[in-house]
Amino acid sequence: MRVVGEVRALNGDEAVAYAVRQCNVDVISAYPITPQTIIVERLSEYVANGEIHTEYVNVESEHSALSTCIGAAAAGARAFTATSSQGLALMWELLYVASGLRLPIVMAVVNRALSAPINIHCDHSDSIGTRDSGWIQFYVENSQEAYDTVIQAFKIAEHPDVQLPVMINLDGFYLSHTLENVRVLPDDVVSGFVGFRKPVKVWVPYLGREVPAVLDGYTPISLGIIALSDYYYEFKMMVIKAMEKAREVIKEVNKEFSELSGRAYGDGFLTHYGVDDAEAVLIVMGSAAGTVRYVARELRRKGLRVGVIRLRTFRPFPYEELTKLLKDVKAVGVMDRATSPGAYGAPLFNEVRTALYDCECRPVIVNYVYGIGGRDLSPHTVKELYSDLLEIAKGKKPSSIVRYVGVRS
Amino acid sequence: MSGLLGRFEIRWHGRGGQGIVTAADLTATAAILSGYYAQSIPTFGTERRGAPVIAYNRIDRQVIYERSPVVEPDAVVVADPHLLINPKPLIAGLKSGGYLIVNTAKSVDEIRGIFKRDDVKIATINATKLAMDVLKAPIVNTAMVGALISATKILSLDPVIQAVKERFPSRLVEPNVQLIKQAYELVKVS
Repeated sequence: MRVVGEVRALNGDEAVAYAVRQCNVDVISAYPITPQTIIVERLSEYVANGEIHTEYVNVESEHSALSTCIGAAAAGARAFTATSSQGLALMWELLYVASGLRLPIVMAVVNRALSAPINIHCDHSDSIGTRDSGWIQFYVENSQEAYDTVIQAFKIAEHPDVQLPVMINLDGFYLSHTLENVRVLPDDVVSGFVGFRKPVKVWVPYLGREVPAVLDGYTPISLGIIALSDYYYEFKMMVIKAMEKAREVIKEVNKEFSELSGRAYGDGFLTHYGVDDAEAVLIVMGSAAGTVRYVARELRRKGLRVGVIRLRTFRPFPYEELTKLLKDVKAVGVMDRATSPGAYGAPLFNEVRTALYDCECRPVIVNYVYGIGGRDLSPHTVKELYSDLLEIAKGKKPSSIVRYVGVRS
Repeated sequence: MSGLLGRFEIRWHGRGGQGIVTAADLTATAAILSGYYAQSIPTFGTERRGAPVIAYNRIDRQVIYERSPVVEPDAVVVADPHLLINPKPLIAGLKSGGYLIVNTAKSVDEIRGIFKRDDVKIATINATKLAMDVLKAPIVNTAMVGALISATKILSLDPVIQAVKERFPSRLVEPNVQLIKQAYELVKVS
């Protein structure tokens, strides 16, 4: 059944909060930080107004916010939190606890540069830094997708084959504070789609039966007790396998959601435009994809064979889908909104290059680092990147493999 | 529906505390309620009262993809008369045939004398006086929205009033609707 829903004017933060309100969340614990604050404000209003029957736990730090969600999720609750930048950095050790305990927590990260110097604007260094923590990572392009992805996230996280935390990344200010058209579904439709959390069951020998894998006084079990060199590796392996299984679930949930709402995000992993006959392709994550697509459309109208791939998931990384799409492309520019000092190029570039190493037609792959600390990406700059790539596609040797775009020399 | 043919872009100039971001939000909300696609884009620095603030709107019949500051606006709204001391950044990029809408006690001719642009339409409104009379505070954002839609005819009054009802606490709705209607009537365009 297809539900159209109504159009509202929401910014990215409001869109996230609106979706969380509809998702039967049991516990919210979060600490305000710019540019995520609107999410926390809206959610606490919903709770204070009695619009949702969610336990809102006020805490003194992000470390405690995620700890609270871990405790709640371990007791079987559906838990949500949100943060940015320094807040995510303060959560660091708990990130691994959440994934290691296989707790399906959903967190919105409103991307913001890390200190020092202090900066409140967007780049992806906060969340990219947590790429190895075992969290599924989405990067959304607009407020509509932020809304849609929150709804999908609970389903993906809580799927019996997955049981992993999900991070939904939205660009600070570019999305969090930009008001735009968002089509929202009716409350009962979202509630029906996500249902309520059903904890997976585990066989407990001393009880002689299967019980829900949650902390509950009637059927006591332990979670997260010590595992040294004898078992730790196997636990880590289960996280790795769960992340692999998440691929199928992300695809399924994207399809189910599109049947409901009419909105699909490619196959769930990436969206693309103009790639089929393209000579030069830019790969990008987050809100900048809009500007890149805008330029690509303009250039294609002039007959230039350019395309854009927007990655929606960074974890799991869609290497197979990417390889398939890029098999006939000559020049690829990977746009990173994060840096890795001392590395040969930034993280997304490394990931894409690794994926294409085994590809028969090896395109030239260059790295464009952009938008650090909220430095604006203008359509004019994107045009320059495409003309650079088109020359590389014609055989010109790149002036450098890693380029820092828009920085003063 | 008012006459929006293709893309319409607005740049708002004001100072922290005057509600410029809210003005851009109201405009985008009203545009969305009118069936258009719209963006309201604020710019933020170290937030403090009195600091110059800029916000942008894009309104279109088609989906809007790009996300960068508006460089060549169809309309510029100047919410603070004190900003006229430095007119250059206010008029920068304003399209020929575009609109410059200024909160000022000065006449249209005096404002034209400051900017020296014959190819744009100039609209004036003493929004500070209106706001002081109605709100007892110099918060001019809603008055400037009224002046903007009256001068440019991009949106009609009803969706703007609806947007105020959606985004403002109930006690602030009536005085702001009054302000919008007054500015809508009193703006002078030439």
